[in-house]
Amino acid sequence: MLCQVCQKKPATVHLTQIINHEQNVQHLCEQCAREKGEFNFDASPPFSIQNLLTGLMNMETSPAGQVVYQGKIQCENCGLTYAQFGQIGRFGCSRCYTNFGERLLPLMRRIHGSTQHVGKIPVRAGGAVKLRRSIDELRLHLQASIAREEFEEAARIRDQIRSLEEGGEDTHAK
Amino acid sequence: MPNDKGMRCGASKWMEGTGPDGEIVLSSRIRLARNIMELPFPYLASDSQTESVNHQLKQVSAKLSDELGDIEFLRMSEIPSLQRQVLVEKHLISPLLVKESHNSAVMLRFDQAVSIMINEEDHLRIQCLLPGLQLEQAFEEANRYDDLFERELNYAYDEQWGFLTVCPTNVGTGLRASVMVHLPALTLTKQINRVLSAIAQVGLAVRGLYGEGTEIIGNLVQISNQITLGQSEHEIVRNLYGVTMQIVEQESSARQLLLNEGRDRLSDRVNRSFGVLSHARLMSSQEAMELLSDVRLGIDLGLIEEVSANILKELMVLLRPACLQTEAGRELDGMERDRERARLIRQRLGMENQ
Repeated sequence: MLCQVCQKKPATVHLTQIINHEQNVQHLCEQCAREKGEFNFDASPPFSIQNLLTGLMNMETSPAGQVVYQGKIQCENCGLTYAQFGQIGRFGCSRCYTNFGERLLPLMRRIHGSTQHVGKIPVRAGGAVKLRRSIDELRLHLQASIAREEFEEAARIRDQIRSLEEGGEDTHAK
Repeated sequence: MPNDKGMRCGASKWMEGTGPDGEIVLSSRIRLARNIMELPFPYLASDSQTESVNHQLKQVSAKLSDELGDIEFLRMSEIPSLQRQVLVEKHLISPLLVKESHNSAVMLRFDQAVSIMINEEDHLRIQCLLPGLQLEQAFEEANRYDDLFERELNYAYDEQWGFLTVCPTNVGTGLRASVMVHLPALTLTKQINRVLSAIAQVGLAVRGLYGEGTEIIGNLVQISNQITLGQSEHEIVRNLYGVTMQIVEQESSARQLLLNEGRDRLSDRVNRSFGVLSHARLMSSQEAMELLSDVRLGIDLGLIEEVSANILKELMVLLRPACLQTEAGRELDGMERDRERARLIRQRLGMENQ
């Protein structure tokens, strides 16, 4: 059986519509059916995460009724506005995260229950972060060794911290 | 097209062999989402900007060819649409990579265990797919590629938010870990809904075979983490591993229960399904998946002996439309597919018999 619309390809979609008790059967090929838009062939669900995000973000703003500043916030790198982000639920570029700033906190808290990355630190992009984390770690060791009255060890750790802060080698990690 | 390595329907790493706990866990998948600093994300980027991502990745692969191993760079635009669909059916690329082509490409390792999607939702999606329950191993593998790429690419990373992604649901680790489990006994003993809702309560997502928003077919369920921020990669992987082990235990004891309390009835059921698969002339994919699930259960429990356990994994890919049409060498309409599908099943089961 050929497609009723294009009369070229075989009809693989058999669409039965019942509107007000009247039955209407159509035989279409996949392409014509898709163009007709009667049928959703895509694997993606009709209701997506974006819809939910929009809901979450609107919850942040509407109870207070302050939407005054919304439209003005825009990422200067990619041009995406905060309002657009609210509609599509997607960032435009990595700079959006900085440019949208603190507004993201409640959103992230709702999605992840957290606002702080604790996972992998990339070697190059996260060099400074890595340094800060190892200094923090050393400070904890320092306090612990002072508490245990191991002053020689404490002095050693103190020097290590100092050299890290001066931009020296991370001897602790070795 | 350079060659057709990735395009054949068989032989992806995850489809071969069983792997640890392979009776119940069919495959483990890790995906890392990564982006390039400041470059607009693919859906917003200009043609030259998405092309620059391809360019950078090509440079990286040339520079690090020894460490990356045998990887092929394939542009979506250079692959015929049927063969793109085959890659989707083999779970090596996402439907999105095919659908929204912004100079999309994939880097595919020869064994098809690792695929790197370029210009998908994010600039980069590094995926590792292994058979059985091998989440740690899959993570280590994906992570190794991540480290290699990071040497050369300027990743978008922020101290507070971690790896920056297009969708706020992926930010932080950018990690999605998932397992595909086969749970026929939990379904037969009507415990499945209780188990699945318990999984949802511990913050994991449950989905059907073909991803988000799809129904559960053939008792195959995908379980994955939802949270990507505020937990380390190892926590996420360990958490999913722990839950999966629990499910494996539940399914195993349900299988034992079925055997102890109704061996004959179970054996009758799975062998009837085997009979239908061996002789049917028309087979829809839904029916095939349901019957194959029975047969696989029968094989796992020693109630069907003459068939290899891998038949389920192999056929669940081979029976999908693009693979079917590739095997047949031409386009097939709905009825022809059902006929071809039935023929292919008979052939596979018959081959196993010899």
